[in-house]
Amino acid sequence: MSLKNNENLRDEVLRMSGVNPRKCMRCGKCSATCPSYDEMEYHPHQFVYMVETGDIGPLMNSQSLYKCLSCFACVDRCPREVEPAKLVEALRLAAERRQGGDHMTPGMITELWNEDLPQQAVVSAMRKYKK
Amino acid sequence: MQRIGVFVCWCGSNIAGTVDVQAVSDALKNEPGVVFSTNYQYMCSQAGQNMIKDAIAEYKLTGIVICSCSPRMHEATFRKTAESAGINPYMVEIANIREQCSWVHKDKETGTEKAIILGRTAIAKVNLNAPLTAGETPVTKRALVIGGGIAGIQTALDIADAGFQVDIVEKKPTIGGKMTQLDKTFPTLDCAACILTPKMVDVAQNENIRIFSYSEVKEVKGFVGNFDVKITKHARYVKEDVCTGCGLCTEKCPMKKVPNEHNLGMDTRSAIYIPFAQAVPKVATIDPDYCNMLKNGKCGLCSKICAAGAIDYTQKDEEIEEKYGAIVVATGYNPISLDKFDEFAYNQSKDVVTSLELERLMNAAGPTGGTLLRPSDGKHPHTIVMVQCVGSRCSAGARKGKEYCSKICCMYTAKHAMLIRDKYPDTEVYVFYIDVRTPGKNFDEFYRRAVEEYGVHYIKGMVGKVSPEGDILKVQGSDLITNEQIHIDADMVVLAAAIEPDKSARPLATMLTASMDTNDFFTEAHPKLRPVESPTAGVYLSGACQGPKDIPETVAQAGAAASKVIGLLCKDSLKNNPCIAHSDEMMCNGCSCCEKVCAYGAITYVDKEFRMPDRTTQIRRVSQVNPAVCQGCGACTVACPSGAMNLYGFANEQIIAEVDAICR
Repeated sequence: MSLKNNENLRDEVLRMSGVNPRKCMRCGKCSATCPSYDEMEYHPHQFVYMVETGDIGPLMNSQSLYKCLSCFACVDRCPREVEPAKLVEALRLAAERRQGGDHMTPGMITELWNEDLPQQAVVSAMRKYKK
Repeated sequence: MQRIGVFVCWCGSNIAGTVDVQAVSDALKNEPGVVFSTNYQYMCSQAGQNMIKDAIAEYKLTGIVICSCSPRMHEATFRKTAESAGINPYMVEIANIREQCSWVHKDKETGTEKAIILGRTAIAKVNLNAPLTAGETPVTKRALVIGGGIAGIQTALDIADAGFQVDIVEKKPTIGGKMTQLDKTFPTLDCAACILTPKMVDVAQNENIRIFSYSEVKEVKGFVGNFDVKITKHARYVKEDVCTGCGLCTEKCPMKKVPNEHNLGMDTRSAIYIPFAQAVPKVATIDPDYCNMLKNGKCGLCSKICAAGAIDYTQKDEEIEEKYGAIVVATGYNPISLDKFDEFAYNQSKDVVTSLELERLMNAAGPTGGTLLRPSDGKHPHTIVMVQCVGSRCSAGARKGKEYCSKICCMYTAKHAMLIRDKYPDTEVYVFYIDVRTPGKNFDEFYRRAVEEYGVHYIKGMVGKVSPEGDILKVQGSDLITNEQIHIDADMVVLAAAIEPDKSARPLATMLTASMDTNDFFTEAHPKLRPVESPTAGVYLSGACQGPKDIPETVAQAGAAASKVIGLLCKDSLKNNPCIAHSDEMMCNGCSCCEKVCAYGAITYVDKEFRMPDRTTQIRRVSQVNPAVCQGCGACTVACPSGAMNLYGFANEQIIAEVDAICR
């Protein structure tokens, strides 16, 4: 299934997230703020822009969905109340609903764990990778 | 019975596009009192007006109904037309079939139906209209300018130049305002003080101008041409007419740890102080919050050393009452508080400064004597990051910052970057911008010079986080062109904070009954055609109190406001609005309801003797309206429980007739 320019999917994501990407003035403060920026193939400001233009396919297939820490710094600092993290969350949910199955089990935590990892990241990852 | 003429205007296609004007004039022909009805392309044109005049003569008209645009546009035009043809101007009524009809309807049928209803409503009113004559009130030929910044100064100078007296009320100890704190001015880079201080001296020397410094407006009463204003002159504990401004007291004062507001708290001053060298009036002021003598009676040194004997610790606030014909508001702006923008670490590091603070750090009279040094350790900064739009262009729901563009930041940031690169070529300057907005004469050229000649690094993106680490500031930002997150180790960060109206503006607006927008900027009477007048008659706007403005624009607006004031003060008297309230003494029950609701203090009560039917007399308390003070707002007519209050031109009977005509 091609997801590019899928308007139904875009409407679904906008409804789930409550985000209106048209409010974005493209200042880039979300990407300036993001602590996970270098890990992400697509950056917070790109998420907003690509959803607005309907170019959702690449986002749905990108690992970027799972790199977002859900720290909500972009939500807090966005001057236009666009709330990019909510958009990432909604896209991740949409992707998982289509894929089915779990991507993370509690057993995997010990495997992935290292001391530098904030606990919040583990909690957040469980929410994201487990359906 | 009136003989009414109806004139339906097409306004080109503005009205005729959605209203069948022929059908309207035909339908209105049959209304009671109408003896003539027609339509024409442009009723306000010379030909249209002549058509009205000819009809008045031919059909012996006594009342006129014009179905056209809003009365705000052309009521005065048509009243003049009627007057020139021998009809009382108040026998003209306008039915607004443009703004309230054709512009809001898309369907021609409904538009036409509504236009006919609005037309017959106006006809119903004209049937009850009576000729009115405007009275006159004299004009006090003196103006008040509130705020002594460049806006207030220019307005006062221009009014004084025309020969009228002007008083400037400035809350600070000196006039001059924000411009005294600036270093250079864009786009010509001339020194702010060099161009401002001569004007300040002109103000001080002008015979027509009085300066009330360290003063505030306390109360405003009255109306256009006749304002009664109370001004509080705060005690400065120094006799203004005796002090020579020698400054010896400021040197000897032992209390030297007072944050210096002129340098935005970046250095200190003494408790007795003169804000800066070119202050006008050049008179010392004692800060009562810090002076030991005033606080606990222990010191008195300044009094001992003052050769002129100007110190007076017993001075009290003084109240001045004065009459003015016109009031100009020039209360200016301030940078917003950055408390809600923690991510830029403004409250954590001294080396994160606002652009206004940078002005002081680069000014020869500033805390560093004009050498740009880091406030924390006095070292020379090698890397400076400037952030634009801090608190500007935020959405309303974000609960921090302002929705509007502060307008001046793009240009002063380019100026700062250019000046730093010019003076310190070893310092790299990075400017994070969302958009660079430089409309204005020689503005974009100026910004391009900063980039092309001075090598300022402009980065399209925003700073997300500033973290002080040791003696550097870790700046994390985005570069949207390269699609990268960038990290800069900066020595200083400069924030272009949004600007907002001065906090004194809102209480002042209440005193003046002048309207404001949600951002506390004063509203103009018309956004395009009356930009320097407040909707409140006799109140004018100058400078940034009306919206963000740079110096050239402020000076232009200040001059425009002055010319409006001069136009008013030239008149010996003003025609009053004859549509004012009057009370029927026989119906008045003396309840005082009208007096309580009157916002203008136009209503008083008197005891009056009345003859009763049985040949006795009775003394009754009845209301009286001062026709010179009444503004015709109609609040009293609504409040009056006995129906004794009525408004000329908008009588209760006329309004009921209009409602009946609509509901028919």
